Amino acid sequence: MSASIQLSQRHHHNEGSGMTATSLTSSQAAAGRAGDKVFSGATLAAGCLILAVLFGVALFLVVQAIPALTAPASEIQGGEGFFAYIWPIVIGTLIAALIALIIATPVSIGVALFISHFAPRQLASGLGYVIDLLAAIPSVVYGAWGAAFLAPQISPAYNWLAENMGWLPIFAGPASATGKTILTAGIVLSVMVIPIITSLSREIFLQTPKLHEEAALALGATRWEMIKMAVLPFARPGIISAIMLGLGRALGETMAVALVLSSGALTASLIQSGNQTIAAEIALNFPEASGLKVSTLIAAGLILFVITLAVNMLARWIISRHKEFSGAN
Amino acid sequence: MSKRIDVKDLNVYYGSFLAVEGVNINIEAKSVTAFIGPSGCGKSTFLRTLNRMHEVLPGARVEGEVLLDGDNLYGPGVDPVTVRSQIGMVFQRPNPFPTMSIRDNVLAGVKLNNQKISKGEADALVERSLQGANLWNEVKDRLEKPGSGLSGGQQQRLCIARAIAVEPQVILMDEPCSALDPISTLAVEDLINELKDQYTVVIVTHNMQQAARVSDKTAFFNIAGTGKPGKLIEFAETSTIFNNPAVKATEDYVSGRFG
Repeated sequence: MSASIQLSQRHHHNEGSGMTATSLTSSQAAAGRAGDKVFSGATLAAGCLILAVLFGVALFLVVQAIPALTAPASEIQGGEGFFAYIWPIVIGTLIAALIALIIATPVSIGVALFISHFAPRQLASGLGYVIDLLAAIPSVVYGAWGAAFLAPQISPAYNWLAENMGWLPIFAGPASATGKTILTAGIVLSVMVIPIITSLSREIFLQTPKLHEEAALALGATRWEMIKMAVLPFARPGIISAIMLGLGRALGETMAVALVLSSGALTASLIQSGNQTIAAEIALNFPEASGLKVSTLIAAGLILFVITLAVNMLARWIISRHKEFSGAN
Repeated sequence: MSKRIDVKDLNVYYGSFLAVEGVNINIEAKSVTAFIGPSGCGKSTFLRTLNRMHEVLPGARVEGEVLLDGDNLYGPGVDPVTVRSQIGMVFQRPNPFPTMSIRDNVLAGVKLNNQKISKGEADALVERSLQGANLWNEVKDRLEKPGSGLSGGQQQRLCIARAIAVEPQVILMDEPCSALDPISTLAVEDLINELKDQYTVVIVTHNMQQAARVSDKTAFFNIAGTGKPGKLIEFAETSTIFNNPAVKATEDYVSGRFG
């Protein structure tokens, strides 16, 4: 009888000591929880900071732009109101960015595929380094290269285009003698965008599950068919994100366009001088601007901000449309 | 629609490393052959040489011959792509294409090489293949849904449907049930029993009961030690391997004394 009581007491005692060792109120656990709190607080603060900065920029742009948006038409540069001032350079911005993407997207995806799936390993890593180096070159260097080297070199090609393809409005002559056209600016932009799209796409192509590549090969797919069947569908959302990041750079690029493009009024021809982009317009005019002119330029900045935002939302929508088939489930 | 495989003096190398040495084996048409053996003994490597899938790894090469009804898979001018379209494969982890619907997964191999197929033919082929994989009744109402939404066992049967849709001569299975629960495993094993009416099936398995249940003949592979090449130790009727093996190592393995 007494033995069993002793036993049960010992049992109790053991339970008790076990409790204290892993006690919910022990100092170690509390310290761990404090660490959790600090960490979650820090991440929350970082997240809020980004939102606050974004909101602050948007607020600054709107407040500073209001004078230009509400001013009488005659006081705005050009004398016909803000809308008449802004829409040609919005179109110019979009044309330059579109040219850059049309050239850069296929080249980048091709180079990324070559690096990830075709090149021998040593060549692939060397090529990868070179591409990453391209991204590190300052934009003013690209601008100088475009203005001093590419433009004069490419101007004979523009003459040829004007003579042989001149019936197309985009190649209408006479071609610019200096070659400092929106097409040259677009080409320079594409060179600047290629490293961005290439390195992001390459990373995503390399992440394609071996499982799916082997599934395609085991069905009798050639290497290219395997890429079409397993790699590209898997990488699609990533490719779109990469293109959008590239587009963001092309839309906002200032220095290269300012140096390369001999700007002017909006024209359909890509091989004559003319057209202007928002970023270059702001950079070239801001130093001497004052009063309402500053407000007008900031309003142009607001428009660029809205375009970039719209482009990003469009990209997210495109990606989310195929969520069910993304492989994430 | 099924062919036999004869392997003569096959060595498999990864670079300069000899992974599998001196395999001679004759695999009958319309039969199930199981490869068993401890991990790292080269059975999966050897399986992959039967449809040249080992070539996916850089530096992998073979010496010797693999004859599909007398045609050497490694003969000059033989395209591995053609080999793989005749010798299908099912992998350890179910791998339906996540970006494709169930229907497109089944048709994936058929649409290769720019082959054109009418919608009616495609529908019939999808139904026939899914029925062949015992999956039709479970998915017939959601053929346009993604294949990745199915359960693991259903995904594996979808992969089998995809493999048989191209009407191969041989189907290789690399531990097809190791990622599945017992009920899904049973469904796949039942399917393997049906497949051998039409196809030559070769299956690698870690599960000896599975080998005993599904196969007509069993090959036991073993390895003398790390860094040594894997070898085919014994190849015989499955009942012989499990009840009356000729080699001591086989007996030790199937009786659970090692491995």
